[in-house]
Amino acid sequence: MTETSRTGAIRDINGPIVTVDLPGARSGEQVKIGELGLFGEVISLAGTTAVVQTYESTDGVRPGEIAVGLGFPLSVELGPGLMGGIFDGVQRPLEKIALQSGDYIRRGISVPALDRAKQWEFTPNEALEPGATVSGGLVLGTVQETLTVKHRILVPPGVAGELEELAPAGDYDIEASIARVRTAKGHILKLSMYHRWPVRRPRPYLRRDDGISPLITGQRVIDTFFPQLKGGKGAVPGPFGAGKTVVQQQIARWSNADIVIYVGCGERGNELVDVLESFPQLDDPYSGRKLMERTLLVANTSNMPVVAREASIYVGVTMAEYYRDMGYDVVMLADSTSRWAEALREVSGRLGQMPVEEGYPAYLASRLAAVYERAGRVETYGAGSGSVTLIGAVSPPGGDFSEPVTSHTKDIIETFWALSKELADARHYPSIDWVTSFSGHVHTAAQWWHKEVDPNWERRRTAALALLARDAELSRIVNLVGPEALSDAQRWELEGASLIKEGVLQQSALDDVDTFCSPQKQFALLDIAITIYTSGAELIAIGVPVSELQNLPILAKMRRIKSMYTSDQMDQIQAFRAEVNSAMEEIRIEYAKQGEPVLS
Amino acid sequence: MVKDAPGVAFGDRVRIEDYAGGIRNGQVIRAADDAVLILVFEGTDDLDLERTWVRFLDEPVEIALSPELLGREFNGLGEPRDGRPPILSNLRRPVAGSAINPAARTYPREFIQTGISTIDGLNSLVRGQKLPIFSGSGLPHNRLAAQIVRQAKLKDEDTSFSVVFAAMGVSYADAKFFRDEFASSGVLRNVVMFINLADDPPVERLTLPRTALTAAEYLAYDLDRHVLVVMTDMTYYAEALREVATAKGDVPARKGYPGYLYSDLAEIYERCGRIHQRHGSITMMPVVSMPSDDITHPIPDLTGYITEGQIVLSRELHNQGIYPPVHISPSLSRLMKDGIGKDDTREDHPRVSAQIYALYARAQETRNLASIIGADELSERDRRYLTFADAFDARFVGQGESEDRSIEATLNLAWELMSSFPRDMLTRLKETDLAKYYTGTD
Repeated sequence: MTETSRTGAIRDINGPIVTVDLPGARSGEQVKIGELGLFGEVISLAGTTAVVQTYESTDGVRPGEIAVGLGFPLSVELGPGLMGGIFDGVQRPLEKIALQSGDYIRRGISVPALDRAKQWEFTPNEALEPGATVSGGLVLGTVQETLTVKHRILVPPGVAGELEELAPAGDYDIEASIARVRTAKGHILKLSMYHRWPVRRPRPYLRRDDGISPLITGQRVIDTFFPQLKGGKGAVPGPFGAGKTVVQQQIARWSNADIVIYVGCGERGNELVDVLESFPQLDDPYSGRKLMERTLLVANTSNMPVVAREASIYVGVTMAEYYRDMGYDVVMLADSTSRWAEALREVSGRLGQMPVEEGYPAYLASRLAAVYERAGRVETYGAGSGSVTLIGAVSPPGGDFSEPVTSHTKDIIETFWALSKELADARHYPSIDWVTSFSGHVHTAAQWWHKEVDPNWERRRTAALALLARDAELSRIVNLVGPEALSDAQRWELEGASLIKEGVLQQSALDDVDTFCSPQKQFALLDIAITIYTSGAELIAIGVPVSELQNLPILAKMRRIKSMYTSDQMDQIQAFRAEVNSAMEEIRIEYAKQGEPVLS
Repeated sequence: MVKDAPGVAFGDRVRIEDYAGGIRNGQVIRAADDAVLILVFEGTDDLDLERTWVRFLDEPVEIALSPELLGREFNGLGEPRDGRPPILSNLRRPVAGSAINPAARTYPREFIQTGISTIDGLNSLVRGQKLPIFSGSGLPHNRLAAQIVRQAKLKDEDTSFSVVFAAMGVSYADAKFFRDEFASSGVLRNVVMFINLADDPPVERLTLPRTALTAAEYLAYDLDRHVLVVMTDMTYYAEALREVATAKGDVPARKGYPGYLYSDLAEIYERCGRIHQRHGSITMMPVVSMPSDDITHPIPDLTGYITEGQIVLSRELHNQGIYPPVHISPSLSRLMKDGIGKDDTREDHPRVSAQIYALYARAQETRNLASIIGADELSERDRRYLTFADAFDARFVGQGESEDRSIEATLNLAWELMSSFPRDMLTRLKETDLAKYYTGTD
């Protein structure tokens, strides 16, 4: 990595695309451009001429200025000190940059991602003795990175040999040598607590496994209706204003992952600030600690340079893989992959590459697939099982799901949470549309739900979806001929579907009680709603008019109960179930009495 | 457009003298060691190859800044348009600006009362937010923007906003409307105007919002003022961008607009916000006219993806004589959640807003139904929604052009309208809200 750098000269500046004369340049190599020292990356080569995309604005750069080839590709630093931080699209720490260059990001500023001065308390792996054979991915020891996250110090991938020395417990900075390894060829390697990894190369693992347990997000429409697995890949497409960001932030807040990496890629600055300001205050429902302690942000807002936006997704996913290699379940949220694709388009346009669909380059689909394929549950080399779940927001222009980014994404992912403008306009949040969304993991998730929560889960879920489908059908009829044309039983179906929609699917992220819903509460709400519907349908079958059922106070309560009791107040929710049963039973008895004279 | 060959910096300013001695301005948009491509703001009409002189000024496009800006009128390059002398100041800043470090931002959460019920009650504006008005030709977006400028203030605070007004490609009449409006409401001393009329060079429209925002940043962060930036009309800006992109031969994406339209718009919109430890703020209200009223057109569409919500005007309401014709269903304010509620406006505000939206959405469905089967065929329950929707449009949406409603008045009006429903149907509200504000008879 410390290869000698080579210098050359700038020949042509076309926005972020700079042509330089740089003999010996390699594809993907990092280049420093001009007197300002702007960072860039070689994207194409012809003879001694290299085309460089710069991560910063090239205003004021002149032909003839110097260009320096650094000899290594775009890489990230991986070691303790990442958690709780906010980095830009090329992993520069934004908080430290703010200290150095003020409120605006000065160009050419270079600050390493990890703090060099900070001392970390290192605890060596007791199982390792000098003389042991070590290889990439093995755990050398641990550092308590935050109160929530125990950082496992790994042998960098590619290193193998005999351990000569392992540092004793104590405080070290990240550059201090903590282990010495003699390779098969007799070289001595000094290992510190961090290493670098090129972002465009996936990190290695031992074996890829199928996902087995669902990612619990505390959001009913996700967990109950369209579940995601740990290690799965999913997309949240939606037009603007449909609530993509809130869905992503809710997942970041409440999912049962060990690590959350939130990549704000070409989105609003204020949204990242929202995460940055609120997460240190919010409690993690699983560890009880603050959420920021397990969260890492990558921020390349829409006004930041477009080429760094393209890099930000890779930077994020590489850090996700690194924590996966420690044996953790990592969730990476990318908001939004459309902006990433647009960055590809912009660069390819400037290079004069042939556009295919809507100006996008032909390699859009393969690049998208390659990024999503970095998700998965794997057996790591030295830390057991770990996973990266990748959830990307998609912002289709005009809300048109047939556009290239959405349609290519749809081919790759397994869980599709389609947001609907109509639902959002009616302030039905999360506006995940139950007709167009899908999950390929229902069957696997069902095994978990049946074991952990209730064996009737899949049956209830199917019943609810069937009711919603019926509702869509009946609504069409109502729109043509009016509600009068429906029978009592059909009107009750509409009422039942409305209970599912308002009492179960709708969930306010802003409501303190309802923002998180445990699997137990999710099932109870669904179960009670279905119970109300089925026992009501039985009553209608024996002649009870639908208007009598519609006036029952339990219906209004069903719509409100989600925000009346928290997940810890399950006894109250069960009490409501009893209330429902007795209300229904009362009507049954009343009508049975009316029927009695016939019998006697 | 013009070619030459020295070692010139990318983005630098250029002065061009034509054969008759006329001066034009330009900017370097591509710099190579053997050629330079220049964008001429005034266009290349009437230039020839022999007698045109090009001078590279060796400086980026900059603007002079001083408190004297207030009350003045400039063009897109910061040159006076009001016949008065140019601003003299040692403080000059490049108009391109740089990106705000996200880590230096503060989340906007101070509620601004605009006095307009559909905005304050349902789509609240907060200080540091960018909230565009999506409109169409012939709709009263200018009157609405002017009313907001006149009435906007913080609750319980008397500080008024400084206004930066950026007009791109608007008609003479529209520019005059705003000038008169600012003069008659007495805010003119507090306004900086940057104007590029429909018949001015379109290329200048590309620097105009950047010049205006550089002035806004100066007022906000150097002079600690709260600045409201009104930009009209972003559609003409984007059309000018398309014109230039096409001339440069950029690959078009949608409807001929270049692929970087999103990034370009974001560079403008994202300059608004609040910054840690700075007292001033920039709140932005761009006007975007939707070509053929189409909200999925690239300009409103990309704007909506960048801004923190949108206020959508409806031709249907306008034709019914309702002012301001705000169509609440597609309107949204993303930053509302932290600016309203117990400590900021009133504790019931978030739920009132949610409930009104739910009722109105249902009422719209009922309206559609009624237009097919006739209102007489509707059930008692459904007719109630119709009555509600009509009253809502007439009384809540509709208000006078000089009517400045307090947030309490707006919320009370909402309760009055909601109280035509029985309690059981108001499921988005808490029991405590109902106990306190419900006025219906059940």
